Amino acid sequence: MLIIITGLIGVVALYSAAGGNTEPWAMRHGIRFGAGLCGMLVAALIDIRWWLRLSYPFYIASILLLIAVEVKGHIGMGAQRWIDLGVIKLQPSEFMKIGVVMALARFFHGASLEDVKHPLFLVRPLALVALPAALVLVQPDLGTALMITAVAGAIFFLAGVSYWMFGVVIAGVLAALPVMWHFLHDYQKNRILVFLDPERDPLGAGYHILQSKIALGSGGIGGKGFLKGTQSHLNFLPEKQTDFIFTLMAEEWGLIGAAVLFTIFVLTILYGFLIARASHNQYGRLIASGITVNFALYVFINIAMVTGLIPVVGVPLPMISNGGSAMLAVLFGFGLILSVGIHRDVKLARKV
Amino acid sequence: MSKGDLERYNSFSRRAFILGGLHLAGFGILTGRLLHLQVSRQDYFATLADENRISMKYLQAGRGQIVDRFGVPLAVNEQDFRAFLIPEQSPDLEETFRKVREYIPLSLKDEERVLRDIKSKRAFMPVMLRDGLNWEQVARISVNLPDLPGVSIDEGRMRAYPLAEATAHLIGYVGLVAPAELTDEPIMGLPGFRIGKTGIEKYFDKELRGKAGTSRIEINAVGREVREISSIPGKDGDRVGLTLDAELQIYCQSRLAQEKSASAVIMDAVNGQIYAMCSTPSFDPNNFTRGISAEQWEELLSSPAAPLTNKAVSGQYPPGSTFKMVTALAAFKSGLVKADHRVHCPGYMEIGRDKFHCWSRGGHGSVDIIQALAQSCDVYFYDIARQVGIDKIAEMARRLGLGEKHNIELPGETPGLVPDKNWKLGHFGKKWQLGETVVSAIGQGYIQTTPLQLAVMLARIVNGGRAVKPTLLHTLGTEVMPQPEFKSLGISPHHLELVKKGMANVVNHQKGTAHASRIEDKAFQMGGKTGTAQVRRITAKQRAEGVKNEDLPWKQRHHALFTAFAPLKKPRYVCAVVVEHGVSGSGTAAPLARDLMLKTKERDPAS
Repeated sequence: MLIIITGLIGVVALYSAAGGNTEPWAMRHGIRFGAGLCGMLVAALIDIRWWLRLSYPFYIASILLLIAVEVKGHIGMGAQRWIDLGVIKLQPSEFMKIGVVMALARFFHGASLEDVKHPLFLVRPLALVALPAALVLVQPDLGTALMITAVAGAIFFLAGVSYWMFGVVIAGVLAALPVMWHFLHDYQKNRILVFLDPERDPLGAGYHILQSKIALGSGGIGGKGFLKGTQSHLNFLPEKQTDFIFTLMAEEWGLIGAAVLFTIFVLTILYGFLIARASHNQYGRLIASGITVNFALYVFINIAMVTGLIPVVGVPLPMISNGGSAMLAVLFGFGLILSVGIHRDVKLARKV
Repeated sequence: MSKGDLERYNSFSRRAFILGGLHLAGFGILTGRLLHLQVSRQDYFATLADENRISMKYLQAGRGQIVDRFGVPLAVNEQDFRAFLIPEQSPDLEETFRKVREYIPLSLKDEERVLRDIKSKRAFMPVMLRDGLNWEQVARISVNLPDLPGVSIDEGRMRAYPLAEATAHLIGYVGLVAPAELTDEPIMGLPGFRIGKTGIEKYFDKELRGKAGTSRIEINAVGREVREISSIPGKDGDRVGLTLDAELQIYCQSRLAQEKSASAVIMDAVNGQIYAMCSTPSFDPNNFTRGISAEQWEELLSSPAAPLTNKAVSGQYPPGSTFKMVTALAAFKSGLVKADHRVHCPGYMEIGRDKFHCWSRGGHGSVDIIQALAQSCDVYFYDIARQVGIDKIAEMARRLGLGEKHNIELPGETPGLVPDKNWKLGHFGKKWQLGETVVSAIGQGYIQTTPLQLAVMLARIVNGGRAVKPTLLHTLGTEVMPQPEFKSLGISPHHLELVKKGMANVVNHQKGTAHASRIEDKAFQMGGKTGTAQVRRITAKQRAEGVKNEDLPWKQRHHALFTAFAPLKKPRYVCAVVVEHGVSGSGTAAPLARDLMLKTKERDPAS
């Protein structure tokens, strides 16, 4: 129910983004949403045992797709991220996120708490994360790579990995930050610099975030009204149909609209965690919570990005931003969560 | 549930709780951020948003008309059709040019300018292809518009001068704003805005210009107009009504054009209103508004007859014998010379070792002031000038309006020069010589006057000695200029009557120097004074050889002058004519002045 509302909000927002037109975004979004919804229901009805068995194959398939992108991918917006399938352009990295969750859930399902406490035991799951993260990073897509890592981290955490190990990793990352800086692309460095000081380049890299803040801020509490967002409709706001869709909504619907959207998101996330908790098997718990964390991260990063809290990293707002793969992946993810919910009483053997 | 599983479940629950809490915290942060942006700083961003999208555009105001005293238009805004091109709507510029060229002439220079404009403007901003299209061209373009992507016809205003050459010097013309003329007035920033460059257009530019309207328009991120939010219409410029009589002006210009280089002023002796003011050769100001070619401009600049100069106010000439009334009035006023003073003219006068000739070799015999003026006897004026001295003559000259600007409503007025002892000392560091006084008495030497000053001088003499000021302005907007009261100059009416009588005889007495140019009509008889101003001293050798002035090269010939007034009984009109290198005042300038006076009588603008 919540998902359907979110999807419909997306349709309406995209309708506005196109200046009151179903073309070019709202209609397709609606169709994709319908198709994704069907896929979600199918995924929900498939037995959780099947999913457990399919986890590794799905992961491997995603990896292969990523490699295919690397070899013969569609280059767009300065990055090689898409595979053109004729009908739709597939972005395998979106599915990789779920693939990683599935593979890790599968892996930790077969592990006892004692196993997990053991550092050496974690080498294999770390490899499961490192391979796709590295593949996505060379696309280059730092945002997705970090998302994969973060979601994986959440699963490690939920699976029971010791707190001290997280401490070590976080300390290590902090130490490595200056080194990593050198490996960043110039545009990525620039984004971070501009984030720290948007006025640095108000017409270039800083333009997006400045305009986004203007649009958001001028929306006020009540908003400017549907189809009346001046900043978005006069094209001051770039990429209003994708990454900055939240800005458009907040400009037109104001704080109230944003609060409603937040509530829906929070409820969705809460629902995901409740399903996870209700599941009687570790696989289901990790799948449901992992995908929920993934979804939540999307929302956080996107909104934090458009409100100027973090640098612009190119993460869409799930279910609402225009974009095929992301929505299909998210809906598929919800399908898995629902499957976990439906089959919560199923007890799964550790070894399959 | 096995023990291990339960443990795992509990661990998961705990940790999921922690993670859930982190999520809620995250949303808390986002909500806080939104509150900050949308509530605390809403006003700030709302202002920024408006600044982003609202832009001001200035609207052109109509330039005020310039008309003559009867409302005949002298400068108007003509409908002007222009062809525009919106670059982004034309997929193939070359192809569009080629097609446009089939319907209207489009020079290579035009195309270069268009390409330059396209580069400097945004693709949706129209660029002018060509202005000044005639109806046929407009029709041809309009019919073929479907074939000409991006081309449109727009109607604009172009300043036009119906009288063309006849008013060129007076009205002036408008042109694009030069960088030095830029002020912070918004109207200046309008594309293609033109301001007055010379003449009345320049003098009354502020009044004629009007005020630009403003239009608040909503623009998008690339600057394209989306819609108009509000607009304040501009205010058209004031109408400037001149004292001129267009028909008299046209006649005057055409009559003067028979000479190589000449100027004339016809003025009301009582109220100072100028009815005609011409300078020849002239030019067509309409060529200037459309942009004059470099060759045309060069030609106008280099011509020896100075077609761009308004010689009526800025040409400076020795007045010659037209100055003689001044000398007489100065002498009588000083009391050193009696009004009935007589002088014997043998054809020359000796002062020290120098011999000063009268223009008449044989002399005039015994003459009084009336005869001296009528026959323009030089010796009479040598004699009285010697008695009165240069300073008193200079004082009278200034009193009558020579040697000073009259602040007429035109740019470029020159002050002329009235020399006296102090001036010479200051200028050359030398003492004034008596010989110089004698030469000055007949309007030669250092003295310089403009045709306008000559008209003013004569007006002050014939209007009963009132300090009349010349003016060109009749009405400004809806306001009619008041008729000023001119104060008396303190010159004896008797003396004025004497010189008037002398001037009447110049034309109407058999022996008068301009008898040939008299007006027979008893009700409009003319008086006046001839003047022939030496440009170059005639050498004794030339005099002996009897070289005629008209045989000399044009630049060395004498200037011909005539100042006229009419009617005799109650003078109303005065006229000053200067024909550059016209050889003789009586032969060239007097007939011209008579013709102008006759036309003035016919028009009778003062009635």
